[in-house]
Amino acid sequence: MTKKFREVVVTAPSFLWLMLFFAIPSIIVVAFTFHGHTPNGGVGEWSLSTWRELVDPDYPVIVWKTIRISFEITFWCILLALPCAYAIARMKTKWRAIVAGAIMLPFWTNFVVRVFAWKTMLHPDGWLQSCYFAFIQFRAWLFDGLPPFLRDFFIWVHLASPTPPDPASSTILDSETAVILVSVYTLLPFAIMPLYSAAEKFDFSLMEAARDLGAKSFYAFRKVFLPGIRQGLISAILMVFIPAIGSYVIPQMLGGTNCVLIGNKIFMRAIQNRNIPHASALATLMAVSVFLPLLCALWWRRHQAARERRQVEIRAARLMLGGTK
Amino acid sequence: MRKSFLSFSLLGLVMLFLYVPIILIFAYGFVPNGVSMSFFGPGGHFQGFSGRWYGLVFSGHHSVRALLQSFWLSLRIATLATLVSCVIGTTSALALHRWRSRLQTVHYGLVYTPLIMPDILIGISLLMLFVACGVDCGFWTILIAHVTFCVSYVTMTLLARLQDFDDRIIEAAYDLGAGPWYTFFKVELPILLPGIVAGGLLAFTLSIDDVVITSFVNGAGTNTFPTYVSSMTKHSRNLPAVFVLSTLMLLFTGVLAGVSKLLTGKSTRQA
Repeated sequence: MTKKFREVVVTAPSFLWLMLFFAIPSIIVVAFTFHGHTPNGGVGEWSLSTWRELVDPDYPVIVWKTIRISFEITFWCILLALPCAYAIARMKTKWRAIVAGAIMLPFWTNFVVRVFAWKTMLHPDGWLQSCYFAFIQFRAWLFDGLPPFLRDFFIWVHLASPTPPDPASSTILDSETAVILVSVYTLLPFAIMPLYSAAEKFDFSLMEAARDLGAKSFYAFRKVFLPGIRQGLISAILMVFIPAIGSYVIPQMLGGTNCVLIGNKIFMRAIQNRNIPHASALATLMAVSVFLPLLCALWWRRHQAARERRQVEIRAARLMLGGTK
Repeated sequence: MRKSFLSFSLLGLVMLFLYVPIILIFAYGFVPNGVSMSFFGPGGHFQGFSGRWYGLVFSGHHSVRALLQSFWLSLRIATLATLVSCVIGTTSALALHRWRSRLQTVHYGLVYTPLIMPDILIGISLLMLFVACGVDCGFWTILIAHVTFCVSYVTMTLLARLQDFDDRIIEAAYDLGAGPWYTFFKVELPILLPGIVAGGLLAFTLSIDDVVITSFVNGAGTNTFPTYVSSMTKHSRNLPAVFVLSTLMLLFTGVLAGVSKLLTGKSTRQA
């Protein structure tokens, strides 16, 4: 048995499986977009009709909405996860494992069941709805006291609402707020974990040094801690942003008709309307607009890191040669 | 050392945020009215707890039979998917760890890309494959889909473990005259076993929890627990039974995790 042959044999199972069930299906998706569809839900002749159908003024709106909501979800997740990761990393070793475990434990219950529990909690007759409406009233009261030009500014940046609060139109269920809230709930542990494992390796004496040198704690946090856990930050953002872009279960269960995202459209076209080429085209659109740039960025980063490492090696070799001279 | 009060109080709030729905899942298992899902009657007075839903689940009553069947299907698929993806994932991680070649670069790309793909794209591409091949969706297509997304996770878990692996042990085994098969089964596998178990546990949880990919490839009439529950939420009167099953599952996995923690804790203390 030659060495090469052994490598091929060991590589074959996973390589063939992923080729057959991951790589080739991706190519089929792209190929299907150049077909028409048949009325009985099949795939028709080669044509460009599907791409022509896609020129629908609704789609850019939906794509933009998906990207905007994903950014909002990522922002809130990171904002909440950073102090949590920091707090866990500063605990005693024994407590760290317990708290990290406690954060992951809720995720042993089923995803759909958790989302459904939220749906029950956000029911229009429930206490969360009352809290939400009280918050809206409070916000209206707060902005009413402002001079008109300031209030117009807050309305312009979507922090204030131009209409007075109305209980019928401000239900939290079937709104974007519900989708963002529950998405943050389901994705938060995936933001905390990478940040925590980066923070655990972080040398906290650097923070003390910064403070000794006169930095305020928030300044030290921003200028020493955040750059120190950069790798964890990047993976946390990816861990939240990617599922958020592709999510469709939460918008479907909690967003109603007010929060239809690109994932919902793909599911509708593929399963409910059974328009296979159209669903393929939407999936291709999603992959091209978000994941190709992401993939390129990741590969470039790897390449860049490898180049830096090579340069360091070259420099080290030069130093050594210089030393022996 | 001065501890940041702000970050600690925020951690407390986040824990509350994470646990409130879990407490509700537990509570809703005892709800008296399965339609309004409320403990309070029309007059706003408390109606007490009901053990009815536990009775229905334990007796396998016909109104919850489809739910229990979907639960068994989920368990069967998760078990099979875990076993298959553990085997494939182990060979994959070994190959990626041992060799550096162009083949392994492509191989790594194949294993890595599914991890950063959103589930919906994996689901739809598998659906397209089954449509193109004219396969009817059902048990086997769900199993194939689950193995496909589990393999990458098992491989990555194992690869991380393999980084601490002392390769000289393998060389020593060869030097002592062991063949490749003997070395694999008697030396590598026992050392890798904890990693394989960890990867397998991850695969099991991912498989039993998956709703996005499954809903693309399940076909009509074949429902796993998550897809059945999501179809139930629209009209069912037996929703508390879902919460009963979830509570039981959480207790079961909690006990399992506790026992395994105790076992591993003991073994590391002995070592």
